[in-house]
Amino acid sequence: MKKDIILSGVGGQGIVSIAAIIGTAALDLGLNLKQSEVHGMSQRGGDVMSNLRISDQEIHSDLIPEGKADLIISVEPLEALRHLPMLAPDGWLITNTNPYNNIANYPPIEDVLAEIEKVPNHIAIDADQIAKDIEARRSSNVVILGAACPFLELDPKTIEEAIKKLFGKKGEMTVNQNLEALKEGRSFAEHSCE
Amino acid sequence: MQKLLLLGDEAIAQGALDAGISGIYAYPGTPSTEITEYVQHSKEAKEKGIKSSWSTNEKTAMESALGMSYAGKRTMVCMKHVGLNVAADAFVNSAITGANGGIIVVAADDPSMHSSQNEQDSRFYGKFAQIPILEPNNQQEAYDMVQYGFDLSEKYKIPVLMRLTTRLAHSRAGVVRMATQHPQNELKLPDNLKQFILLPSIARKSYKALLANQVNFEEESNISTFNKYYEGKDKSLGIISSGIAFNYLHENYQETGVPYPVLKINQYPIPRKYVEKLYAECDEILVLEEGYPIIEESIRGYMNNGKKIRGRMDGSIEFDGELNPNKVAGALGLPVSQGRAKPEVVVGRPPVLCSGCPHIDSYKALNQALEEYAKGRVFSDIGCYTLGALAPFDAINSCVDMGASITMAKGAADAGLIPAVAVIGDGTFTHSGITGLIDCIVDKSNVVIIILDNDTTAMTGGQRSASEGGKLEDICRGVGVAEEHIRILRPLPKFHDENFRVMKEELEYEGVSVIIPRRECVVTVNQRMRDKFKEKKK
Ligand SMILES: Cc1ncc(C[n+]2csc(CCOP(=O)(O)OP(=O)(O)O)c2C)c(N)n1
Ligand code: SF4
Repeated sequence: MKKDIILSGVGGQGIVSIAAIIGTAALDLGLNLKQSEVHGMSQRGGDVMSNLRISDQEIHSDLIPEGKADLIISVEPLEALRHLPMLAPDGWLITNTNPYNNIANYPPIEDVLAEIEKVPNHIAIDADQIAKDIEARRSSNVVILGAACPFLELDPKTIEEAIKKLFGKKGEMTVNQNLEALKEGRSFAEHSCE
Repeated sequence: MQKLLLLGDEAIAQGALDAGISGIYAYPGTPSTEITEYVQHSKEAKEKGIKSSWSTNEKTAMESALGMSYAGKRTMVCMKHVGLNVAADAFVNSAITGANGGIIVVAADDPSMHSSQNEQDSRFYGKFAQIPILEPNNQQEAYDMVQYGFDLSEKYKIPVLMRLTTRLAHSRAGVVRMATQHPQNELKLPDNLKQFILLPSIARKSYKALLANQVNFEEESNISTFNKYYEGKDKSLGIISSGIAFNYLHENYQETGVPYPVLKINQYPIPRKYVEKLYAECDEILVLEEGYPIIEESIRGYMNNGKKIRGRMDGSIEFDGELNPNKVAGALGLPVSQGRAKPEVVVGRPPVLCSGCPHIDSYKALNQALEEYAKGRVFSDIGCYTLGALAPFDAINSCVDMGASITMAKGAADAGLIPAVAVIGDGTFTHSGITGLIDCIVDKSNVVIIILDNDTTAMTGGQRSASEGGKLEDICRGVGVAEEHIRILRPLPKFHDENFRVMKEELEYEGVSVIIPRRECVVTVNQRMRDKFKEKKK
């Protein structure tokens, strides 16, 4: 078992918690893990990216080779496209469709989504709308994680356990909102793959 | 065994705690900051009374560590690569004085300049100072090397340099702690109370002792478990890897294993015994190292008249930028994997000042005040406010090294560029701006110095500023800035007109003016609010 995952988004959008959830689940399953993070300059509202590698074998490099990522999980559509050179030909792109528009020259969103449509294996999900519908606005990143779940090959229960572990301190309501967000994202992905 | 999931930086910090340090001295800088922060947040460190507050700059950190070593205790100094430039005087001389209690100097390099002005390679400093260098290639080794490094430092009474790069510093993996921990050393002065006096008559002897130790350092490299020779059947090529390059090499032979002999060098001086073996055995050598070609250059020699040595110097790998698995594949002649092309619609998303940032209001007022003058007179410095270089502000003309704003403005004013403006953050001002201000006072220079006081070191994550709580005007007064030309402003949109007017006045004044726009960074404000809220909930 080996999954090489690129996580992407804009500084402050919370890709770190997605990484933490997957990482906690992987450790609970006794898998090896390497996860690079972005600190410093690039955090100030710029593009951010993290390499997450999990495997039952030894993991050598902290960086995923270009063209070899099994998954790109992106909380922002333009950022999903930025990292396409990392994706393996048979890899999956899971992305939010909601733009984070903090630059003057953000391209028309139709053009961005059209490029996403060109990727053979992709799930494009309006995670913000779904999060709003279930009254868990702040959990849109977990909706996206849910949509990535079918491709992670990790027991879904361990992901739920990881959420309970990581959000437990914030109270039952937060845990339940995130579990709900996970479920919604997952069922969206399962329906779009049918 | 229970594994801790640690960043490379955190593994070093945990290693230092377990190796019995009594203090860690540092100045923040990406990618080194998390080492010290880990110690600062450690309950265990607090209980043991381990010193861990930030130093004012890298030089003061290095010197404080030297003092702790003098007193017989173990200590670590941490900084980013360019910080070692600031600490260099103390660092290079510490090789001559030697250590008493163990010292490890950690320099975190940033090849590809993710958050830095250059990609200098700290191993050159280690070589220059002629001390042993350690460079881990994974988180576990980063942890293990610290204990080893302190033992080595105390065995030869010599500071040891530990170098790592961004990718290891900021990547997490499982780390196993050692079973027993080293207690802190007792207070114990050097046997020779003149050891740390570098009067020429003493320094000459100390330097000879350092030179005599070089063979011992090399022998330590020959027998070190961090350097390793891996036999290989195919001798058409021999590979030398250093640091993190080892990982990229193995990434490319995940299934088959590397067919060539491989020499892994993670401790310096270069282990001559192994290099000779590899050189004798193989037709050609490929050197994979993160950073400048320091091993490659040594082995190739100036005349380059031996076997073919490949690496960054002959273009097998491009000279600049960090390594990655694909670059290494290319150098090995393996197929280089490629994904889809980046679509043309993708535009850059550079970092920006946060909305509500006080620097925004300061730049707006400054830009307006400078409208009547020709462009190109604002010397800036390093911090969040360097983003004033980008649209929509386009407000600054330089950013070189910490503190250079004030002194460059002075030089330009001396040359006749009037008015000349310096823009510097409160953190950078206390790091190394004060001495430049004194130059201006002594020389009665015609400069306007704007100290952006957001009460924190924001760029590197909001560390406490040494001028916390509004000490800046006292410092300026103390070094001789005239009271009426120290102007405190509130950088808020509603005060724009007033701020603009004050700046304009000071631009017209002939002499040293200091303007201090003061408002806290919005990120640290929010953080404080959140912490307060959490406290209340408890
Ligand atoms: C010699 C050196 N040490 C450390 C750094 C890392 N660094 C970049 S900006 C900065 C400080 C910024 O603080 P401040 O001047 O207060 O500006 P702010 O970011 O708060 O606006 C530091 C420490 C560096 N670039 N050079
Ligand atoms: S972190 Fe603080 S100083 Fe930096 S851009 Fe944001 S508000 Fe401004």
